[in-house]
Amino acid sequence: MNSVILQIATRYLKVLFLSFACIAVIRGHNYPGGGFIGGLLAALYIVYSSLAFSVQQIRRQLKVKPQYYIGLGLLCALLSFMPSLVSGAPLMKGIWFTIDSSIIGKIKLGSPLLFDFGVFFTVMGVTLLFLFTLSNHK
Amino acid sequence: MTLIALPILLPFMLIIVLVFIRSTFYAKIIGVIGSALLFLVSVYLLILVSHNEMLVLQVGGWEAPYGISLVVDYLSSLMLLAASFIVFAVSIYAYRFVKAKRGFSMFFIFFFALTMGVNGAFISGDVFNLYVWFEVMMLSSFVLITMGAKKEQLEGGIKYLTLNLIASLLFLAGLGLLYGKTGTLNMAHLAQILNNDQQSILMNTSAMLFFIAFGIKTAIFPLFFWLPASYHTANITVTSLFAGILTKVGVYTLIRFFTLFFVQNGYFWHNLLLISAGFTMVIGGMAASIQYDTRRILSYHIISQIGYMIMGLGIYTPLAIAGAIFFTIHNMVAKTNTFLIMGIIKKIKGTFYLKDLGGLFKEKPFLAILFVISAFALAGIPPLSGFFAKFILIKAGIEDKHYLIIAVAVLTSMLTLYSMIKIWNQAFLRVQPSKTKVDERVKVAVFDYLPSALLALGSLMLGILAAQFFDLTLLAAKQLLDPGIYVEAVLNTMK
Repeated sequence: MNSVILQIATRYLKVLFLSFACIAVIRGHNYPGGGFIGGLLAALYIVYSSLAFSVQQIRRQLKVKPQYYIGLGLLCALLSFMPSLVSGAPLMKGIWFTIDSSIIGKIKLGSPLLFDFGVFFTVMGVTLLFLFTLSNHK
Repeated sequence: MTLIALPILLPFMLIIVLVFIRSTFYAKIIGVIGSALLFLVSVYLLILVSHNEMLVLQVGGWEAPYGISLVVDYLSSLMLLAASFIVFAVSIYAYRFVKAKRGFSMFFIFFFALTMGVNGAFISGDVFNLYVWFEVMMLSSFVLITMGAKKEQLEGGIKYLTLNLIASLLFLAGLGLLYGKTGTLNMAHLAQILNNDQQSILMNTSAMLFFIAFGIKTAIFPLFFWLPASYHTANITVTSLFAGILTKVGVYTLIRFFTLFFVQNGYFWHNLLLISAGFTMVIGGMAASIQYDTRRILSYHIISQIGYMIMGLGIYTPLAIAGAIFFTIHNMVAKTNTFLIMGIIKKIKGTFYLKDLGGLFKEKPFLAILFVISAFALAGIPPLSGFFAKFILIKAGIEDKHYLIIAVAVLTSMLTLYSMIKIWNQAFLRVQPSKTKVDERVKVAVFDYLPSALLALGSLMLGILAAQFFDLTLLAAKQLLDPGIYVEAVLNTMK
């Protein structure tokens, strides 16, 4: 497809897609959402822009192979176990701490959030791997 | 007690490392060292269990019936030990025998994913968690079967996947019923509820669904057809790994479920187990004896041997269950080794077919010795491990007056001996048929024999140290037949 409107629109939609993905991941702990949906949203942006341009072009622009996203995701998940190990709590126990910043108020951060980002990257990587593998045949 | 999770965490870490590694050389090194570490961890866990009886970890600090418990008892740790021993041997074997199209790291990623699934199934104390590990196992094994991307591999792989998906579906259905009735999926909690409930006979529907699901995974009669249809298509390394550990996970879950919480209505279940065990033995043994592809002989033979393990569970005395565990572990070691040896033969002679083989005894006497040890261990010739395994089972059967199944077991032993002697005669003893063309350039290094020698040594040791090992399995059996120990260990950590 070679539509200028779609190509220009993609540039602006990028912000929307990716910020929405981030919101889905972060709010997932208390409300619907989470790493899985966030990962799908982020992958959706790439699927969308590959429609506007071409898969090959997007693949070149992405630079990082989807396999490495999966690896990164798994690594995040593994790292999220570390706080519980270091503090001597049972494995995978959620460890939370609050950052008190004067600008945007209190921020709660914890190991489950890291795990969710792990899910985010894994889901994104897997979806992109599907996309790139299936579109490989001409 | 975070250590309990290491059999899962270690393969997980190795997968992450392997994702980022492209060099074949480093992937191989990491694969072998990783499996060696895994083996050491399982040895350590067995030592810990022999001091503490039972190790429990409540994952995430969510206490027992609400969270997921990881439990290691004697049975789990023995199975872990045997599985990691095989994983170690096969990882060395893969060094020379796997030609992965997309690099070695890909092979080892799924190799460790499979290991993770198997280990997870062994230590999980939660039925749904068990289901997840089964899925991990199934998907990674599908990738491993179809790794060569050949036509018959895809065919075999799809047969494998379809039947295993059906098994998963039944598993999930049984699990749903169980949850609907009891409101819990924690195995200890289930045991507590069902063992004190007069109405737990209602759980028979659920138990039957589990029986069929695990029956497919275990390849018992009449649910075994996926196994001979798919095993021989995969790379021989993969087949050896599957032969060693895949179906045995099914045996493990059957033993776990039918000793821990499906213990009511025992008369029906034990007879059903015994009947299917008898048919599994005979039909597997007879089907093996008419095959001429060595991989197929051994594939049918896996099925035949599964019958003995199920028979032990069906007789349901401490001695019989100890025998079943002994047999399972002996079989894992010996069976894997026969497959590894077939791979070496294929490398030397270029074929798996008995018709074209011959003369190996003269050419490779060391290989012949390795084969004799494993094959005769399988056939149950003293003083090798199989003799003691069968002896315990048959003694248990006679004590409990199950004469028919004993007769079947002894008869099947003859069939086993027949198929092993068939391979021995055709591949090793007789003169090589002149029309077979052997590629003289192929060289077999000493290194190729190493994993096979390791497993043969394992078989020998199981035979020599049979008394000590039997004590361990008897402890495991006693622990299994008293579900109270399990329940207390898991639920009492709640406080």
